[in-house]
Amino acid sequence: MNSENSFKRPALLAAVLIVMIALPLIADATGYSALTSLATRILIYGIAAASLNLVLGYGGLVSFGHAAFFGIGGYVVGILYQHYSLEEPLFGFIPGTNQMLITLPVAILISGLAAAAIGALSLRTGGVQFIMITLAFAQMLFFLFVSLKTYGGDDGLIIRRTNELPGLNMRDKQTVYYVCLFITAVFFALLWRIVNSRFGNVLVGLRQSEKRMAAIGLPAYRYRLMAFIISGMGCGLAGALMANFLRFASPDMMHWTKSGELMVMVILGGVGTLFGPLIGAAVFIVLETTLAAWTENWQLALGFILLFVVLYTHGGVQALVSRLMGKR
Amino acid sequence: MAQPILNVRGLVKRFGGLLATDHVDLTVQPGEIHALIGPNGAGKTTLISQLMGELKPNEGTVELAGQSLDALPTARRVGLGLARTFQITCLLPDYTVLDNIALAVQVRQGHSFRFWKNVRSDRSLRDEASTFLTGTGLEPRENELVANLSHGEQKQLELAIALATQPRLLLLDEPMAGLGHAESQQMIKTLRGLKNQVSMLLVEHDMDAVFALADRISVLVYGRVIASGSVDEIRQNPEVRTAYLGEGDELC
Ligand SMILES: Nc1ncnc2c1ncn2[C@@H]1O[C@H](COP(=O)(O)OP(=O)(O)OP(=O)(O)O)[C@@H](O)[C@H]1O
Ligand SMILES: [Mg+2]
Repeated sequence: MNSENSFKRPALLAAVLIVMIALPLIADATGYSALTSLATRILIYGIAAASLNLVLGYGGLVSFGHAAFFGIGGYVVGILYQHYSLEEPLFGFIPGTNQMLITLPVAILISGLAAAAIGALSLRTGGVQFIMITLAFAQMLFFLFVSLKTYGGDDGLIIRRTNELPGLNMRDKQTVYYVCLFITAVFFALLWRIVNSRFGNVLVGLRQSEKRMAAIGLPAYRYRLMAFIISGMGCGLAGALMANFLRFASPDMMHWTKSGELMVMVILGGVGTLFGPLIGAAVFIVLETTLAAWTENWQLALGFILLFVVLYTHGGVQALVSRLMGKR
Repeated sequence: MAQPILNVRGLVKRFGGLLATDHVDLTVQPGEIHALIGPNGAGKTTLISQLMGELKPNEGTVELAGQSLDALPTARRVGLGLARTFQITCLLPDYTVLDNIALAVQVRQGHSFRFWKNVRSDRSLRDEASTFLTGTGLEPRENELVANLSHGEQKQLELAIALATQPRLLLLDEPMAGLGHAESQQMIKTLRGLKNQVSMLLVEHDMDAVFALADRISVLVYGRVIASGSVDEIRQNPEVRTAYLGEGDELC
């Protein structure tokens, strides 16, 4: 499978990593300083899409509600920041904070708990029902945050300053980019271990045939739930980073269209591959940016491109590139 | 008599108005090959699915070595020593032959909440998995994707996977169906070789195979066991001949 080969191309990977490290310098030298921001968004969405891909691509579970965890991650950063700046503890005893070393782990934890609750209920169903239930939970959270006037309601929460990291100047866009790049690298290394582990093995087995897995004695539910939780934690991490990058968290982060965008990224890049979703996120965001500059109806154009990818590339951009490079 | 390894009492399964399993009583003794024969649609596959817990019976109980299985899901039953093969093969098509078996070994070894070590370079798993291929026709094919296997090879893999769970009772759903003559002979040989290790409930249409392997035979017609006995008793049974062996005309 693609996923296993992905790291057997260390040369390609190293080259990409070097380009990504050099990117802010290239951006400055060429005068396209917006490139760094674009790349930061790609990395963050790459984490979210790859997290979704763990359940969607590896596990074969079509979740249409992953924006919920993305949004929760964002709100954890936003809410902790608000309580920090107003100097009034949350629920009267939890102090707010602007320290990234605290906010990111808390965002991961809370989104993981939310994924445990939502997953525990929705994984009792399957197929179309599962799609609808995950969607319903995400929309419930969306409306919950719309109605939470303390945290900005509809308008969302403005985070005046990006979270602090000891020793770094987080007001600098390049520093934020490098922080995101570092986290992305660590995230993908962990994901790579997970998908090739015993756990990944049963997850991919379940996608291929639940009946077969039961017949060799595997209780499916608990493994799917674990995958759902890990996936939710990854999306929560991405949401927390996004809130830091945009200095803003809003209900739009958990709107169903955001779940759809994450799915589109996974499909564009390559379902069930390690780096496909990151490539998909890059393609999506570059397309969004360039198409939006050309035409108001960029979503229509994107729709056609997606149709082409689904019908003709057999496994997204990653598979297309592999084939063009003469592999497989 | 010793305690039966499998004891089925009063099993009933209805699909709407259709009585697919009609008050079935059945036992399999330790070390025995008990053949279950019957015409198409008699309810043989449905019976196996209920024994595995894949289908829920409407009435009746199933015991494995004296322990009731009724409340247990499929995975737990497998853990207690039940395994099946599928009439319509049910394999993991994106995985290789060895991957399929290694996964069964992995699940038997315990929980899979292990996130770090690469499963495909886990020697203990790979080595144990390949022991289930030694001596079979699949040995040289261990790194072939399942999707590229012939039908006969898939049938052999079904058996190898089931054995990798180290069952006490093997439920075989038409293991020879669709096999060529040579392949069938090979399968008969393999099953006979397994006789000392594992008890079997063998569903099979190939009567040569049944007569060659079975210690006892039960005949299922319209979901009901109409006869049960030794190979000779079943051969002589007039009801069986009418209903199943297709010799009704002679008896009229
Ligand atoms: N899920 C189901 N829903 C409704 N009817 C079913 C279902 N599964 C099986 N049946 C019916 O139950 C009866 C028994 O089917 P089953 O597959 O168990 O027969 P079988 O003895 O295995 O036949 P064969 O020799 O063709 O494999 C058939 O009439 C079949 O149509
Ligand atoms: Mg059948």
